[in-house]
Amino acid sequence: MRELRIHGRGGQGSVTAAELIAVAAFEGGVFAQAFPAFGVERRGAPVQAFVRFDDKVIRKRSQVYEPDYIIVQDSSLIKDVNVFQGVKNGGIVIVNTEKIPDYKVPEGVKLITIDATTIALKTIGLPITNTSLMGAFAAASGEIKFSALENALNQRFSKELAVKNIEAARQAYKIVKGAGL
Amino acid sequence: MMHITEGSHAVAEAVRLCRPQVISAYPITPQTHIVEALAEIVADCQLDAEYITVENELSALSACVGASAAGSRTYSATTSQGLALMFEVCFNAAGMRLPIVMSIANRALGAPLSIWNDQQDSISLRDSGWLQFYAEDNQEATDLHFLAYRVAEDHSVLLPALVCFDGFILSHTYEPVDMITQEDADRFLPKFSPYERLDAADPISFGMYATPDYYLEFRYEMDRVLKQSKEIIHNAGKEFGCMFGRDYSAMIEGYRLEDADTAIVAMGSICGTTKDSIDEMRDEGKKVGLLKIRVYRPFPTEEVAKALSHVQRVAVLDKNISLGAKGAVALEVRDALYSSGIPVKDFIIGLGGRDVRKKDIKAVVALVEKGEGDIFYGLRREVL
Repeated sequence: MRELRIHGRGGQGSVTAAELIAVAAFEGGVFAQAFPAFGVERRGAPVQAFVRFDDKVIRKRSQVYEPDYIIVQDSSLIKDVNVFQGVKNGGIVIVNTEKIPDYKVPEGVKLITIDATTIALKTIGLPITNTSLMGAFAAASGEIKFSALENALNQRFSKELAVKNIEAARQAYKIVKGAGL
Repeated sequence: MMHITEGSHAVAEAVRLCRPQVISAYPITPQTHIVEALAEIVADCQLDAEYITVENELSALSACVGASAAGSRTYSATTSQGLALMFEVCFNAAGMRLPIVMSIANRALGAPLSIWNDQQDSISLRDSGWLQFYAEDNQEATDLHFLAYRVAEDHSVLLPALVCFDGFILSHTYEPVDMITQEDADRFLPKFSPYERLDAADPISFGMYATPDYYLEFRYEMDRVLKQSKEIIHNAGKEFGCMFGRDYSAMIEGYRLEDADTAIVAMGSICGTTKDSIDEMRDEGKKVGLLKIRVYRPFPTEEVAKALSHVQRVAVLDKNISLGAKGAVALEVRDALYSSGIPVKDFIIGLGGRDVRKKDIKAVVALVEKGEGDIFYGLRREVL
C-alpha cells in the first residue's frame, strides 16, 4: 500500500485534490481511498487530506502517519506544521513555492518544488493550486496517468473550468517530467 | 457496477434506488452531503418523491411519521444533535410501527461540541424499538439500506430502522462501491405495501393513548417482533447474497475467529483497521480474531455466545459510553457470555473522532492478554 498526505489551508482544494487523485487511480485499475482530516472547516486553517493506493481492497481507516508522498499546497505551513513528519525513506515531497527552500526534508526523501501559484494564476486566473499540484504528483509519483487525471477533472468541473484546470495540471506535469525529477 | 464515489453519495444513490415516496431531513455535519445529493436527485426528477424541507430535525422525523402513517415509503437522515432533537419522535415512530428508514452518519454528542465520529448518537436510541444496522465500509453502508427497508416493511416486523455509518470516516471517504441497478433493486425491494394506513374513507388512529391495562402489552409486542425480526433479516440478507453476491444473512461476522484465543468485538468502520491489525498479529503468531457486529438491534445474543464459545478472552471496542456503567456493546457481549465464564473486557475508544490506529488495536490485545481492560483507552492523563 502507498499513501499520500496533502497539507493545505481550508479553501485551497486539498480535499478535492485527494478525491480526484483517488478517482484517477481507480481508473488506472488500483483500489484507492481518499478522505479528509476532518478539520475545523474554516478558510485558512491548516487542513490535511489523504489518499491510499493498493492492489487489494483497502480496509484501513486511520489517518496517514507514514506517507510515501506528501504534497504541500502552501509553503507558509512549513513553519507552523511539521508537514514532513513520518515521510518514508525513498518518499517524495512536492512543495508549492517560488522560493529556494530554506528547509530540509528528511534524508532519503526527494524534494520537488514547483511554483504552482504562478501556474494557477496564469491558467485559471486564481491562486487555486490543487490542480497544478495534481499534475506534478502524476509526473513525480507515477501513481496516476495524466489521461486519467484529465478524465477526473472533466467529470468534476464544468467544461470551461475543466479546460483551465487541465491546462494548469499539464503545465506542472510537463515541468516535473521535463526536469527529470 | 463498481465505481469510486463518496460514501454519502453512494448512500444517496442507494436511497434513490429504494424509491422512497417522501423524504424529509434537515442538514447537519457530517450527514449534509446525503441530503444535498437527494435534494438534487428529486429536483432533477430522477426520483419521484416529495422532498419536504423543514426547520429542524424534530419536524423532519414528524413529517416522516405522518407520511409513513399515510402509507408512503419514507426516508430521513441525520446525526448527533439532530438525532437527539428527534428523540421523542423516534419512540413514537417505533410505537406506531412505522417502517421509516433513516441513515445516521455517526457523530459524537455535545457538550462539548464535537463534529467528529463516535457512535454515541445511535447507541443512545438503543431502547427505542428501531432496528440498528452498522456498516464497516461504504459497500455495506449502501447495501444495508435495501436490507433495512425490506426488513422494516415486512408485515411481521413493521418497525423503523437506522442504517449507521461512521461520520467522516465513511461518509466523506471516496472508495469503490458496487451499485446494484434499479431493476435489481426493484426485484429485491418490492413496492411498499402498508399494513394499515390513514385513509379518510376508512378512518383509523395511530399512536393513541394506552391506559395501564394496555401499555405493557404494546411494549411486549414491540420487543417480540424486534427479536423475531432476526429471521427476517437472515432470510432477506441471504436473498441479497444470492442476487448480488454479498451475503448479509448473518447479523455478525467472524474474521480469523475460528481458532482465535483472543477475540475483539467491534462495530462499524473500526473493523477494517482491526482486520489489518489482526493479519499482522497473526504473522507474529498471535491467535487473534474479530467478531464484527452488523446488527445491534435486535442484538444477536445467542449468535455472539456461539461465535465466541471457544475463545479465552474478549476485548470489546466501544465507540460509546453508557456513562456510569460501561460501553453499550460490552454490556451486551458480557450478557451473552454470562454463563460461559469467558472474561469480557471493555475498551472505550475513539470517542469524538480520536483516531484509532493499528498499533492501538495491538495495544488493546496486549492489555486484554494481561487480564486488563474496562478502561478508556488512550486517555491523555496530562490534560485531566
